[in-house]
Amino acid sequence: MKFGVVVFPGSNCDRDIQDALQNDLNKEVIMLWHKDKNLDMFSTQDGIILPGGFSYGDYLRCGAIARFSPMMQSVVEFANKGGKVLGVCNGFQVLCESQLLPGILLRNANRQFICKNVFLKGADNKTLKIPIAHGEGRYYAEDKILDRLEANNQVIFQYCDQKGSVNAAANPNGSLRNIAGIKNEAGNVFGMMPHPERATKQALGNVDGKIILQTLLMN
Amino acid sequence: MEITVKTAEQLRLTAEEFELIKQKLGRTPNFNELCAFSAMWSEHCSYKNSIKWIKTLPREGARMLVAAGEENAGLMDIGDGFGVVFKIESHNHPSAIEPFQGAATGVGGIHRDIFTMGARPIAALNSLRFGKLNEAKTQHLLSGVVHGIGHYGNCFGVPTVGGEVYFEQCYHTNPLVNAMSVGILKSGDTISATAAGVGNHVFFVGSATGKDGIGGASFASADITNESAGELPAVQVGDPFQEKKLLEACLEVIKTGAVSGMQDMGAAGIICSTAEMSAKGEVGMKIHLDKVPTRQQNMKAWELLLSESQERMLMVVKKGQEEEVLRIFEKWDLPCADIGEVTEDGILQFYMNGELEAELPAYELVLGGGAPQYERKFQEPAYFQKIRQFNPEAIQVPDDLKEVAEKIVTIPNIASKRSIYVQYDSMVGAANTSTNEPADAAVVMIKGTNKALAITTDCNSRYVFADPFKGTMIAVAEAARNIVCSGGLPLGVTNCLNFGNPYDPEVYYQFVEAIKGMGEACRKFNTPVTGGNVSFYNQSPEGPVYPTPTIGMVGLLDRVRDKMTLDFKAPGDVIFLIGKSSGDINSSEYLHKVHGVEHSPAPHFDLDEEHALQQKIAELIKNKVIESAHDISEGGLFITLLESCFNRELGVDVVASDYNIRKDGFWFGEAQSRVVVSVKSTKAASFKKVIGDHPYEELGEVTTGSIEIDGMNWGDIKDWKYKYDTAIEKFLHPELENALNLVP
Repeated sequence: MKFGVVVFPGSNCDRDIQDALQNDLNKEVIMLWHKDKNLDMFSTQDGIILPGGFSYGDYLRCGAIARFSPMMQSVVEFANKGGKVLGVCNGFQVLCESQLLPGILLRNANRQFICKNVFLKGADNKTLKIPIAHGEGRYYAEDKILDRLEANNQVIFQYCDQKGSVNAAANPNGSLRNIAGIKNEAGNVFGMMPHPERATKQALGNVDGKIILQTLLMN
Repeated sequence: MEITVKTAEQLRLTAEEFELIKQKLGRTPNFNELCAFSAMWSEHCSYKNSIKWIKTLPREGARMLVAAGEENAGLMDIGDGFGVVFKIESHNHPSAIEPFQGAATGVGGIHRDIFTMGARPIAALNSLRFGKLNEAKTQHLLSGVVHGIGHYGNCFGVPTVGGEVYFEQCYHTNPLVNAMSVGILKSGDTISATAAGVGNHVFFVGSATGKDGIGGASFASADITNESAGELPAVQVGDPFQEKKLLEACLEVIKTGAVSGMQDMGAAGIICSTAEMSAKGEVGMKIHLDKVPTRQQNMKAWELLLSESQERMLMVVKKGQEEEVLRIFEKWDLPCADIGEVTEDGILQFYMNGELEAELPAYELVLGGGAPQYERKFQEPAYFQKIRQFNPEAIQVPDDLKEVAEKIVTIPNIASKRSIYVQYDSMVGAANTSTNEPADAAVVMIKGTNKALAITTDCNSRYVFADPFKGTMIAVAEAARNIVCSGGLPLGVTNCLNFGNPYDPEVYYQFVEAIKGMGEACRKFNTPVTGGNVSFYNQSPEGPVYPTPTIGMVGLLDRVRDKMTLDFKAPGDVIFLIGKSSGDINSSEYLHKVHGVEHSPAPHFDLDEEHALQQKIAELIKNKVIESAHDISEGGLFITLLESCFNRELGVDVVASDYNIRKDGFWFGEAQSRVVVSVKSTKAASFKKVIGDHPYEELGEVTTGSIEIDGMNWGDIKDWKYKYDTAIEKFLHPELENALNLVP
């Protein structure tokens, strides 16, 4: 399988995810310019990544302009056909703005940008250490949407402590129900605030991100 | 408008400088021309009060790929066809007025200096000084500056990998904001800030020009400004999204080979970039100011010449390749305009709608050309007497050293800067190894190679205040020591010289002595000064700031796996102090903050001793006999030990062996040239073989978490860590002590 990485003018994690997929996970990667539309080279077996960054400056709501870009129209079609799409950080914000995922990412509870390692608990209950770096990552949705996400097992990651306990103290940004990442009902569109692509190299002292990319995209 | 000496003086030129201008031009300049001289002969652009001394610094070395100070930043060879580009610069005055934008544009400006040379920035650092943290003004400035640095750097997408923050009364009104950027280029991609090729077209690229950044101090007079000038923002406004696009577009254009030369527009905007590029290329330019993209209507010639609007570049394009440049800037949705061409005669001609508005010989405007150079008077500061009078014997060794230690660990200069650095993206780029595995310097991988850079900024300005010569040597030595302790080889220096008013002979004495000390130390460590920046006038009615010659240093690791970290690894490992034990308390945080002594000499430092220490540390790392290395700096040996314990929440059981040394100095003194290392007990023999006859002392061993000092239990590492981590947060948010963001 191969991957496409969408490059918005303000993307700044595009080369990081490219590097992680190509060099640490041995996958073919094609960079996709936001003004283009063509996704013909991808089949639904492949994956499209929306990377972190500040898409169009994000002076309006994060991702609010990106959803109107030509490439996003094609990504929405691709997702609706069942192709895998992963949005990381700003990519998650774009997916929510595009309504491929429910809910929205609000300003962090402490009203500051936060960059640090956090712990995540996934569906298999394993605890993984992954960095976050965002100013607007507080996941918010109405209670009935949150209930539905939980009932359908659509919450893919929750912030937890080192021992795997999901509690208020382990929540870095005030996300409802400690939500760090979700998927859509069909299970082919994923969004997460933490950055797995920053944790795929031994030299950086953390390779937990490899597990996430493999689990989400390569199963 | 008649131009007289009065006009010149209102533009901050002296009467002598006005005469010199008339003499050089052979006529009286018009207002536009006088504005150009005012900006170009300002301290900031001309280095008129510093250049004579700066030229005494070591500025040559085998690895240097461009001459010091000749380009926008220093460039050094790091092998395998790669070069490292780096520079540090101040944005003190804008940050004092408008901390958020002042700091943000400081970051933006220094990154532009890096990518205008064709390099991609891969790391940012910053060195900050504020007044006392309990003051509301300091908290306001700190919050704004940190927010500004984060806002710009995080969006631009370059990790902030290191830096320093100090709080001292002398910076109350005049904070220091020094930003450093480090980039990587492939040799052959280097772009010079030189105009060449008569007939080549000159392009203006980047954000449209507004009136921001003009109308500062030079335009305070009502005679000069038009009615609206009073409303002009004196501080520029930054847009990191524009800069991100400008970076990508410039690097893409460079790859096409279309760029003949390029320079960013920083201070003094168009006039500075056209003058410096032309003077260096010994050519002239014919520029049509009306073709410059603007975001305000009816801008006058002098406003266009002087505007410091951000995110702009001047690019000289090779003939026939103009279309390529236009295409790439169109792709990135950035303004790009052909505003003129390179001419043969060395004259800058600025036209507005066909009218010649200014005509100036480029050479006469620039540093190294016609700009004046002064020697200033200097004399030893009167406060030196007080320093000489200090007698350490008068300071009694406290009975309860644990109580002292608990105070020291919460001094803002020493405590964790966590609440600050979590606001900076330190990991974008996926190359900074130091977030997860800390070392004395930030170690950043160079993608596409096995190499890494070790980068640091250092300056303990109280040492410089106490002894400008020795204190500046210490700043250089500490930077080199941090790089060596991280497993790197120090390569070169960029400096940011923050001083008070150069017309004050006591301030100028500090400057001169600092330069002498810097030169001496840089020669010893073989680290040439590749460039930097001078910031004078950091002075308020309360007096000048501490002399603060911040050192930015870059080192090289041939293999990233050669990196040495600062944290203790396992209980049972043996702890050694490399260097001589000392009871020296001079100029320590302990003496200054706990005893309140403002005047004492700089701590013990000997250049040869330091050099030998660094050689030995490098040898220990190379021979793989040590598990960690962390140098002793502010807070002394005790704080160094704690910092080595924090990452893995280990403890220490250590004893001071020499009872003739005063205990407060032993644990909290800041004598230089000392490093704490840990060694696996199985490697003790190999350690002793490598260390040879270099002075060292066995202090004890690493424990599972309890802190045992001189046979007494000082509690658990987790409690010390909590105190250290939360001290600054408690200052800033006393009400939030139990809030979410304080949980480690």
